[in-house]
Parts: sequence; C-alpha cells; structure tokens
Amino acid sequence: MSKNYETVIGLEVHVELATKTKIFCGCSTAFGGAPNTHTCPVCTGMPGSLPVLNKGVVEKALSVGLATNCKIIQNCKFDRKNYFYPDNPQNYQISQLYYPICRDGKVEIEVNGNKKYVRIHEIHMEEDAGKLVHDPFTDSSLVDFNRSGVPLIEIVSEPDMRSADEVIAYLETLRETIQYLGASDCKLNEGSMRADVNLSVREAGSEEFGTRTETKNLNSFRAIARAIENETARQIDILESGGKVLQETRRWDDTKEYSYPMRSKEDAQDYRYFPDPDLPPLVISDEWLAEIRNAQPEFREAKKIRYKEEYDIPDYDIDIITGSKKMADLFEDTIRLGAAPKKVSNWLMVETMRLMKETNTDADHLTFSAENLAKLISLVEKKTINGTVAKEVFEIIFRENIDPEQYVEEKGLKTVTDTGALNQVIQKVIADNQKSVSDYLGGKEKAIGALVGQTMKAMQGKADPAEVNRIIKEELEKLRDQ
Amino acid sequence: MVITDEIIDYVGILAKLELSEEEKAQAKKDMSDMLDYVEKLNELDTEEVPAMSHTFPLSNVFREDAVTNGDDRENLLKNAPEEKDGCYVVPKTFD
Amino acid sequence: MDITKLTAVQTGRLIKDRELSVEECVNACMDSIEKQDGNYNCFVTLDREGALKQAKEVQMKIDANELTSPLAGVPCAIKDNMCTANLLTTCSSKILSNFVPTYTATAVEKLQDVGAVILGKTNMDEFAMGSTTETSYYGITKNPWDVTRVPGGSSGGSAAAVAACEIPFALGSDTGGSIRQPAAFCGVTGIKPTYGRVSRYGLIAYGSSLDQIGPLAKDVTDCAAVLEAICGHDKKDSTSAAGLDTDFMSALKDDVKGMKIGVPRDYFLSGIDEDVKKHVLAAAKTLEEKGAVVEEFDLGMVEYAIPAYYIIASAEASSNLERFDGVKYGYRTQSFTDLHNMYKKTRSEGFGPEVKRRIMLGSFVLSSGYFDAYYVKALKVKALIKQAFDRAFEKYDVILGPVAPTTALTIGESLSDPIKMYLGDVYTVSVNLSGLPGISLPCGYDSKGLPVGLQLLGKAFDEKSVLRAAYSFECAFAAERRLPNE
Repeated sequence: MSKNYETVIGLEVHVELATKTKIFCGCSTAFGGAPNTHTCPVCTGMPGSLPVLNKGVVEKALSVGLATNCKIIQNCKFDRKNYFYPDNPQNYQISQLYYPICRDGKVEIEVNGNKKYVRIHEIHMEEDAGKLVHDPFTDSSLVDFNRSGVPLIEIVSEPDMRSADEVIAYLETLRETIQYLGASDCKLNEGSMRADVNLSVREAGSEEFGTRTETKNLNSFRAIARAIENETARQIDILESGGKVLQETRRWDDTKEYSYPMRSKEDAQDYRYFPDPDLPPLVISDEWLAEIRNAQPEFREAKKIRYKEEYDIPDYDIDIITGSKKMADLFEDTIRLGAAPKKVSNWLMVETMRLMKETNTDADHLTFSAENLAKLISLVEKKTINGTVAKEVFEIIFRENIDPEQYVEEKGLKTVTDTGALNQVIQKVIADNQKSVSDYLGGKEKAIGALVGQTMKAMQGKADPAEVNRIIKEELEKLRDQ
Repeated sequence: MVITDEIIDYVGILAKLELSEEEKAQAKKDMSDMLDYVEKLNELDTEEVPAMSHTFPLSNVFREDAVTNGDDRENLLKNAPEEKDGCYVVPKTFD
Repeated sequence: MDITKLTAVQTGRLIKDRELSVEECVNACMDSIEKQDGNYNCFVTLDREGALKQAKEVQMKIDANELTSPLAGVPCAIKDNMCTANLLTTCSSKILSNFVPTYTATAVEKLQDVGAVILGKTNMDEFAMGSTTETSYYGITKNPWDVTRVPGGSSGGSAAAVAACEIPFALGSDTGGSIRQPAAFCGVTGIKPTYGRVSRYGLIAYGSSLDQIGPLAKDVTDCAAVLEAICGHDKKDSTSAAGLDTDFMSALKDDVKGMKIGVPRDYFLSGIDEDVKKHVLAAAKTLEEKGAVVEEFDLGMVEYAIPAYYIIASAEASSNLERFDGVKYGYRTQSFTDLHNMYKKTRSEGFGPEVKRRIMLGSFVLSSGYFDAYYVKALKVKALIKQAFDRAFEKYDVILGPVAPTTALTIGESLSDPIKMYLGDVYTVSVNLSGLPGISLPCGYDSKGLPVGLQLLGKAFDEKSVLRAAYSFECAFAAERRLPNE
C-alpha cells in the first residue's frame, strides 16, 4: 500500500422494540409461532385494511431518543417507502423520512481508554418485514408474515467511527442503553438488533469523504468486524488500482466471509417516499415528554456511583454486574429480598460467572430468579446448609431455577443439627483414626483436618464443618486432659 | 414535458408494469399531456404555503399495546394464489 | 303497490308496520334486478341466497322488536370496492376477480347491524378510477335514462341501480365526485360526507386522503337515514372522527329562512352547459324564495383543483395499488420467469388501461427529482384551495353550484381523451381536496330529458346544514321529480 488510508464508518442500527403487539395492528410479536399464525388483514396487506399506531412504540422510541441525547421532533409523521418485495405485504413500508421522531443525538464510547462521541443523525420508527425461506423442493420462496409489522426503530449515526473497535464499542453502548430501558432485548443473533455498515475510505488527512457502500446482513459482532476489514480492503484495492468505488448496497455472506452487490436492474432504489395519508401526525407534548423522562431508569454510570456508595463492593465487581441490565437487576432484586450485598455480589462474581463460562451463557440469558438466589443465601446464613452443599444447589438453581428451600428439604441436604448423632459419628471417627489423634496431641494441629474430613464424609456432607471442627477439638482436648 | 422511452421504462420498473409497444406510445402521450396540463399549478406562487397532507387537525391516534388478534391464518391464506406449509409461495428470492 | 318504487325509509316503515315482510321486499328487488339488469349491468355480484338468509334473520329480530332503525329490513347494494366477508369483492378489476375478503368493511357492517339486507355488489370504474363506469372489467353500466349514455362514475352501478328502482339505496364511495356525479347523471341523491365522518376500514383505497363512503338513494331523507347508520368513529380507521352529533334525520326541515347561501360566480364562467346553468341557478332562486339569503361570490382557485387532484390522487393510488402483486390474493399470471417478471405480468394483465395510466402518472410524480415539482406543489395548492373554501364559509352556511358541467355523456365519448374526462370533475374534486361534505340531488331535466344535478356544500362536519337546504329544495321540486321512463 503506497498511501495511508482512513476508514470512515456510519451505522444504521435497527432495533426491534419489545412491545406485546405489532406497530399497526393487534397481532402478537411473540417469537416462534408457526408461520403466519400471528397475522391479520393489516399485517398481510389485505385490501381495505388500515394501520392504527401502537402507543407503546412511540413511548419506547422516545425513551431511546432521550437516552441517546436526541432532540425530540414534537411534530412527527409517518411516510410510505415504496418498493416491491414479497416480504413487504403492501409493497410499501411505513417508515419516517421527512419528520423522524428524534434527531441530533450523541453517545459516548470508549476504546482503549480513549473516549469520544458518536453523533446520531436521527432515530425513526418503522415496521419490520416478513421472513422469506427458500423451499428447495419447489425451488421457490415461502413467505411468513409473523414478523411483518413488528415495530423497529432505526438509529442512524453520523459517519463518526474510524475502526471496527469503535463500531463495536458504539453498538455495545447502544445495546446496554436500550436494554437498560427495557425497550428491546437487542440480540444480534436473533435479529432484534441489526446493523448495516456504511463505509468509505479516504486518504489520511483528507477532509472529503469517499464514496460509501452499505453492507447488510451482519448478524454478530464478529461478522461486523470481518465485514469492515473486508470492505476497507476492497475499497482500498479499487482506489489503488485507479478505480472508482460504486455507491451500492452489498450483502455479507458470513460463511464465505465476502460481500456482493445486492442491486439488480429491477431494483431502482427510488422509494418514492410520501406522507402516509392513513396515519395522522404525532404531536408530542412537553407533558408527555416529561412523563417519559421521569420514567427513565437509572443507567449504568449512575448505578456504578450508587453501588460504590451504597454497597461498598469492589470496582471490578461493580463493572461486571452493571455490564448487563439483567445482572444488575438480579443483584438489586436479591438485595431487596434481604440478602447482604457482598454475599450477592460473591455469588454473581464467582459461581455465576463460572457457570456462565462453563455453559457458554451470556448475562442476558440468565434464567434464575432473585427470589431463589436470596433463599439460597438465607439458607447458608441460617446454617441450614453448608457452603459446599450451597454450591451444589446453586448449580441446579442456575440451570433450572428451582426453589432451594424445597429442593434442600426434598433431597435431605439440611445440615444435621442433632448433636447426639453427630457426637456418635465423631466418637467413631476418633476411635478409628488413632494416628491422627496422636499426631494432633503430639502438636501437629493440622491433623485435625483429616478427622473433620472423615466426619463430613460419614455425615454425607450434611454437617456444618465449623461445628464439626469445634466438637472434635473439644473431644481431643478432653483426651489430652485425661 | 417530453416523456422519453427511458422515463416510461424507469416508471415501469418502479410501478412493476410492463407495457406493450402500443401501450408505451399511448402512455408517453398521456403522461406528457397530463404533465403539460398540470403545469398550470406553476401559475401560483406557493413559496410561503405549507404542504398540506391532512385536511383536518387530527393527531395522536393510538391503540393500546394489547394483543387483540388471534390466529386467522387459515382464512387469510384461502385467497393466496399459491400456498405451502402455511406460507405464501413466491418465485425464489435467493440466488 | 310496487315495492321497488318506494324509498328506503318508506319501505322500512311498511316493514315495521308489518305491511310488508323483509322477504317480500328482497324478492321484489331481486325480481326487478333480474328483469332489468341485463340492460343496465349495475351489479357485478348478486347474492340472492345470502340475502334471503339475512332477510329471515332480520325479520325475526324485527318481530322481536330488536331492530328499530328506519332501515331495518330494507334491501341495499354495496359498491364493489367495499370488503364483504365471504362475498366476492372485485373493485371491478380482473386483478381481484377471485378475491373473497375475510372481513367486512365497517360502514357495511354498520348497515347490517341496523338490519339492512345486502343483495349484491355494484359495478364501478375499475378501482374507482373514472367518471363513467366504462372502465370496469365486468362491462359498462348503462344509464337507465338513456342506455346509450353512461351513468357517471365511479359509483355508476350504485347510482343506476337506484335510478332503475332495482334497489332502494346503495353505498358508493367518492374520491373526486364518484358519488355526486353519478347521482346527478342518474337523477338520484347522493352524499359525500366530510372526510373522517364514515370509517374507511374495508374500503379498498384509491386516494386515501380523499376517499369517503356515502349513500346513493332516491331522496334526501334516505340519504340522511343511511348516513346516520354508517357514520361514527371507528378505532380501526385512524382518520375517522370521534364524538360528533349524528342525528341527521333531525336536520330534515323544510326551512331555509335566513340561511346564507353562496353561489360561486366562477363556477358558471365557461365550459358549462346552458341547460345545467339554467336549472342550477333556478334552484338558487327557489331557495331564495323560501327565505334563504342567496349571494353570488368569487370562490377562486377553481381551475387549479383538477391538476392538484390528479397529482395527489394518482400518487396515492400508485402506492395503494402496489399490494396487488399476485402474492397474497387475487389474480396471478399463468407463466413467469422470475419474481419481478411475475409482478410485472400479473399487474400488466390484471389492471385495465385507466388504472395503469394513473399508476404510471402517480409513480412518476413521486419519483426522485420530480416529487417537489409535482407532489409537494399539489399539496400546497390543496392548502390554497382549502383556504378559499374556509374564507367562503366564514360568510356562508352552504355553497350552491352544479355537480358537473354537463348531463350524462354518451358511451365512449370521454374515454378517448382522458383530460376531457378529468375536466368533468371540475366542481367535485375541490370538495374532496378540502375534506368537505357535499350532496348531489336532481334539480331539473335538460332538453334531452336527462337529469341535472344540484350540488350543495357545507362546512366540515356540518352535513346538517347541507341536508336542510337539500331537503327544502327537494320539497319545492317534488312536483317536477321524475323517474327514468316516466
């Protein structure tokens, strides 16, 4: 490479909003239904059907706009974007072009300790398309409209990013913010968060932007990073060989790690946007905005400061726990149920993290409840079970979210508190392990460990080790006195 | 305004209409006549006039976020020209 | 007694008084249709079996005093662009030649709720695009006054069926005059309500910002009764208006004393038939004699309404009709090479020439580079037209004028020259652009014996003033009123 190039990246991020129903009809947005079972005349584009806007969509879009420091466009409208494709039942998508709900926002990102802002050009509301599946038997495509009409927001950034690391930091920041809002679960692999990459290259130091391409179909952070690398190299190659980059939309093929142009001659990319006459404009009053603002949750940075003050747990723990809304909620809910913050933090940092790693689960997919964790902590506190048993029980809670009280009861895992039974076992252990006894009495205090271990084993773990230790010591001291 | 073959072909792509040569010739004439006729609007100075899409001041028409529709697949699919496995069938969209 | 000569409200009254059974009325209309419709072609679909079944159910409810509407038991017909569950709905197009909706349009459902009995679906210009009912895939509808002439359009089937006494009343839709102009050509009465008055849910859209459903009937009273039944807020239509007074029957008073009526001077300048002008101005005189304060004035903007209308309506139509693509319902071409070829062949074979003409125009005016020059310009002119009406309604309660510059044209006369056909809409389209209510009713007969229509316009949601003026005129005109072939 003879020259130095800079990559300029802007992102169009689509986020599926976590409403119960679609944006313009009362069909469920639930995942996993049989094809076309969540459809009605509106979301299948039946003649004569009309859209009615879901209020929840506007509220969620506003909450994201406020959280990303956007200016709210208080008089906004919906427009039709016209293009023919079978996943789009009306052959127009209801979206916002002329007056989107939010404009001019920014979010702060951090890469390798350096902070910078990525500006948001706009956020608009729109409807999702249906799903197309290739049918190899008939060599045709099958259309399922269950996702047709699921609400989306599209967050369009300015071309402010310069590397894949910045792009991923930006996406992680958006994801964390939106998850904190409860506006979406933002799962890239399931398509509830999707990013299209607008990328151009230019000679380092140049003020002018190069011609950009848009790359679609990126379903993971890894795919995004690879696509950025790939497209940057492709464009530099073109420029180096004296060619011109074409402004076009490309589709990323993740298995081949390669992108190809999507445009055909039947795809004029002239969307003929115009205001949708079926939908009256939105007027977002100051009062409504204030309501949304007051209902915004505590975000990560605020939580970090509060955790430090209120709970006095290590910074490292705070960073991990607040890294996911799910984990932070678990932490706070468990404390609210009476558990000590440090104990909760310990369970999350040690056992939870270990099991997450072991089962390849990320924090957003944790399935156990705060109630069951709180109960477990309480069982240990009350010495109903000991630490070893608790770890075993937690593993079941982690996997199946069982009720530990019930489980401990059913499986007979309670620590034996009947001192008579325990004393009998201890007497037997002492009688059977004279070597350890004489070692102890001879000054090797550590020898008591073997006796405790034998006792715990004989008790099948259902004893409090500290209590066992105390009693054995007492017994041994009696022997010394004799 | 002169409507060229290119314009007719381009609009045909947008509107998904394929016109015969005879229809094309007619469409060129019709569209050209109509666009000449609507030129009349340029007699009006509308610089300061806001574009009006809705005639009456209605705003904020919402529904609450509650599921009201059940499964109507069987009925809706009855009208489909081609159906398979509960889906609408179209010519393949993948290469 | 010839049941078919009765008005809807008269029919309803006799059913209520047990002088007539619902079945008798249904059969009388069915017989009239079977006898005459071969000549007129008002209907695309007839549903005798369904109508008789409905008649039975409605009769039981009437006998149990569960239905008290003046329309209970009265037969009616529905323009074929309104969805009717389990009943073919074609929009008079090949592309919907096999479409059976899964649901019923709100306005139709409301009629059924009050006990009206639906006999069938009426012919229209394909997708309501036209002013003559000649663009239907199912053949031309003919004017019962003279079968060599068009009934007007696009609700020509509905208007002609009422004029021929095939049915007491029918629903039509009006995007640029499609209720009022055929009413005028066929000598019946029709209302285009204020935009938002009647739900559009289930009305297959042509120009969504302009479309309204309304009645076509024998007289003003029937129109008021039907409007009362079909109006009202619908949560399925975001543009339908809520909480407005709707007791239209109470507005039917033969009293216009002190009512201020404006007559736009610029409606009578050029291009209008002398006969039409004479009868419309005579109607103004009649109302003046009854005590109205009638005044001529300059409305303004008259010549800009048609170009603005055709840009807006075609643009919306081009988008509204994108959904007809051979994927989910309706016609699909027999053979195709790939997806886009399937789209193109389906649509090119499925739509008729006038529909294609408007889709092409509409797609063009929205396309990149032309949007501002045409579409945005038209929306601005629309605002100016609305302002002209707003100014007029500061002074007048009602505006009086012709419905169309001519009486019914001969078949084939306007099809060859689209712009000439569009010019016939000069008095009606501005009303849709402004969202106002308007009524069309007969006010005379020209030298050929064809009916002349009178148009009365009101302020938004003031259908009552329009109805009162129309009712008063109708009372004065009663002696001259004729039926076709009389």
